[in-house]
Amino acid sequence: MKGAGPSVGSRSLLSRLATGDEFARLVTLIFAASVVLITVMVVWQLWTNSVLPRHKFGLRFLISDVWDPLADQFGALPFMYGTLVTSAVALLLAVPLGIGAAIFLAELAPPRISDTLQFFIDLLAAVPSVIYGLLGFLVVVPLMRTVIFPVLNKSLGFLPLFKGPSYGVGFLTAGIVLAMMVIPYIISVSREVLLSVPRDQREAALALGSTRWESTWKVVVPFARTGIMGSIFLALARALGETMAVTMVIGNTPKVVASLFSPGYSIAAVIANEFTEATGDLYVQSLFELGLVLFLMTFILNGLARLLIIVTTQRGSGVGNA
Amino acid sequence: MNARLRWRKFVSNFMLGLTGVCALVSVGVLFLILGYLLYNGGTSINWDFFTQLPKPVGETGGGMANAIVGSAKLLLAASLIGVPIGFFGGIYLSEFSGSFTASVVRYAADLLNGVPSIVIGIFAYTVVVLPFKHFSTLAGAFALGIMMIPITLRSTEEFLKSVPRNLREGSMALGASKWRTISSVVVPAAYRGILTAILLALARVAGETAPLLFTAFGNRYWSNGWTQPTASLPVMIFNYAVSPYEDWHRQAWAAGLVLLGLILIINIVARTILARGIAVPRS
Amino acid sequence: MQASPKAGLAVNIASTGVTKGESHAALPMRMTASHVNFFYGTKQILFDVSLGIADKRVTALIGPSGCGKSTLLRTLDRMHETVTTARLEGEILLDGQNIMAQDVTQLRRRVGMVFQRPNPFPKSIFENVAYGPRINGFEGPIAEIVEKSLRNAALWDEVKDHLHKSAYELSGGQQQRLCIARALAVEPEVLLLDEPASALDPISTAKIEELLVELKNLTTIAIVTHNMQQAARISDFTAFLLTGQLIEFSPTPHLFTTPTDPRTEAYITGRFG
Repeated sequence: MKGAGPSVGSRSLLSRLATGDEFARLVTLIFAASVVLITVMVVWQLWTNSVLPRHKFGLRFLISDVWDPLADQFGALPFMYGTLVTSAVALLLAVPLGIGAAIFLAELAPPRISDTLQFFIDLLAAVPSVIYGLLGFLVVVPLMRTVIFPVLNKSLGFLPLFKGPSYGVGFLTAGIVLAMMVIPYIISVSREVLLSVPRDQREAALALGSTRWESTWKVVVPFARTGIMGSIFLALARALGETMAVTMVIGNTPKVVASLFSPGYSIAAVIANEFTEATGDLYVQSLFELGLVLFLMTFILNGLARLLIIVTTQRGSGVGNA
Repeated sequence: MNARLRWRKFVSNFMLGLTGVCALVSVGVLFLILGYLLYNGGTSINWDFFTQLPKPVGETGGGMANAIVGSAKLLLAASLIGVPIGFFGGIYLSEFSGSFTASVVRYAADLLNGVPSIVIGIFAYTVVVLPFKHFSTLAGAFALGIMMIPITLRSTEEFLKSVPRNLREGSMALGASKWRTISSVVVPAAYRGILTAILLALARVAGETAPLLFTAFGNRYWSNGWTQPTASLPVMIFNYAVSPYEDWHRQAWAAGLVLLGLILIINIVARTILARGIAVPRS
Repeated sequence: MQASPKAGLAVNIASTGVTKGESHAALPMRMTASHVNFFYGTKQILFDVSLGIADKRVTALIGPSGCGKSTLLRTLDRMHETVTTARLEGEILLDGQNIMAQDVTQLRRRVGMVFQRPNPFPKSIFENVAYGPRINGFEGPIAEIVEKSLRNAALWDEVKDHLHKSAYELSGGQQQRLCIARALAVEPEVLLLDEPASALDPISTAKIEELLVELKNLTTIAIVTHNMQQAARISDFTAFLLTGQLIEFSPTPHLFTTPTDPRTEAYITGRFG
């Protein structure tokens, strides 16, 4: 991490530091290196602070659905299940809405309207999680209890997904709130990607006698599909790591059940709720291990997302060359 | 026009209309949130809210003065941690580093950016809370500061890089050293973008709750200095919203309105600065 | 010189006197443009342009950069409507019917377009060609239509064993022939080509030129080109445009050997543009 070469002695180093440039280089290097240091420390801490449950439970940690602090039994399954189910519900709601909105903004809306609406979408992305949680708990939860549950239960209650009583909180509520949170991500990235599709793709489709919708849906959107997938992965990564909004509406019950109306738990939520009250090393470290699992999930997704988005935006300029 | 074509055109108009509805619904969520906050919280914003401490559990009234001050302290200290690292680190990436080091640092920053905020929280807990055996404002600031780093770093690098070469070369040709060039020419040229990035980073961490749960924790009274636990707006909203008390719900709405108002204003200001034009046009 | 709105009638457009080669006046016109003025917002691009695209012939539009030849071409399938500030005045007829009065989707099936840079869809070779027939609800087995189009575009032998590979695996010249096949698959009455070979190497260009001369038996062709030799080689009629005006329009041999207007002569002898 030194600015001087390996073969230079300390006296030369000092004299080189006397010139402002070398000093500046060293100082800024230290700051830059601290970023790497912090990142490494985060991962390292997660790893070393989860050593007890990793040794005691091994991979069974991931498939056990028992979370019993009193009996010193810890399993990640209910939380992984909750995290995945709420994220899946969120995507099911947000993806069609988000892609539809992105298509409107990229293909239909005149540039000024498109930019104005995008501005509002950017503001939506800036709304903090706890505000969504506030809205979720005080508005969506009662709505679920009084309107959504009765309607869905009556019409689709024969499906295991929609059975059972509802207390307002639960997987579906959390999914709905999460959907609101991830829509801006899908829209922003998809819109960018759609705008980068070369004009003559659309024109070629129109020139064959396509309607506007046909040219958009059968040519432009497929052209941008990898980038759109990337936006979905990004949204998923955001949904997985989401803490406050989910904690406030999921019901905080570690259960693996099919009904979407059932209360459940997510990885982020259980850490938020139980970390400060956890007693005993195994308990605390199990929460750390959950943090490690969550970190790995978002790490992989973010990596994939970035890859996909890069591939699409490059494709837009590289295709069709002689 | 035959029947098939008529159907295709109908489908086209219908689907395109549907996308418009999707856009409206998506944007509508923002106004829904604002609407609820204004309606439920607007009436509770009064002098008390800004000046009074929270009342004991069960009593109505009181305010969130300590939380407001607490959040301000947290953000100030977080900036002092996050901004220099991001800013000078960004300068290193843009002006001094080789491409390998640069990609390592960038990758680390992207990784850090993707770490869920709750994980940052437990990390800060082990580093700042555990050794000193108590929650503190500093710990909270540390957690928030870490979260500010990636945005500040990447944006500083990007905006510095966009300053045209001939500006730098002009300065160096006059005999200015590299650092002189950076500090008096390049950075000022890019200041708009960097300032925007700092503001946006601030807006982002201002609303973060999860990292504070195990670091700053909370406090129903004033927090003196930097080594005591402190109340903050986001954590108050969380605690009050899920409580069973109507009066606390009311205050949570008010706090939500204040917090979101603050964040939106910062965002709008930042984007306006950027839209006014980067000080130096991009080549 | 007015364009007659009646279908199939010969129209006397050019005012160039005695011409060598075929007489434009004797031929039926597939499309006619009459007094076309074109604007992007307040900026005028085309000034009172009138000409006829003769049936089953190749008509070339030449001129220096910015003269409006591509703009004119794009009005013929109403592709200018994808730009919101575009405004067209004047009358354009296809088989005697005003193109503005019919459904644009239908029009574009009848008037096809091939673009400057090859732009195959992100699909397989087969699906690219099949796209047009599919959405237009063509009867009959799609595979036959695809094969016929690829043969007409002189591409069948090169791709017949690779129909399900991605179109992007083809070379530039092959991709452009694929785009031609794709356009032919919907059996257009007129095929518009906007500098189709300008992004290609000389060998691919030669192949495409050969192809176009053959294709006029199938469909009427209008081609924009900045390459005068190409126009001279393959077209039957040539229109020379300069800053949005139609300067001269005559049978190709005449325009290139004895141009009537001095500006035409200046252009083809390379004095500008």
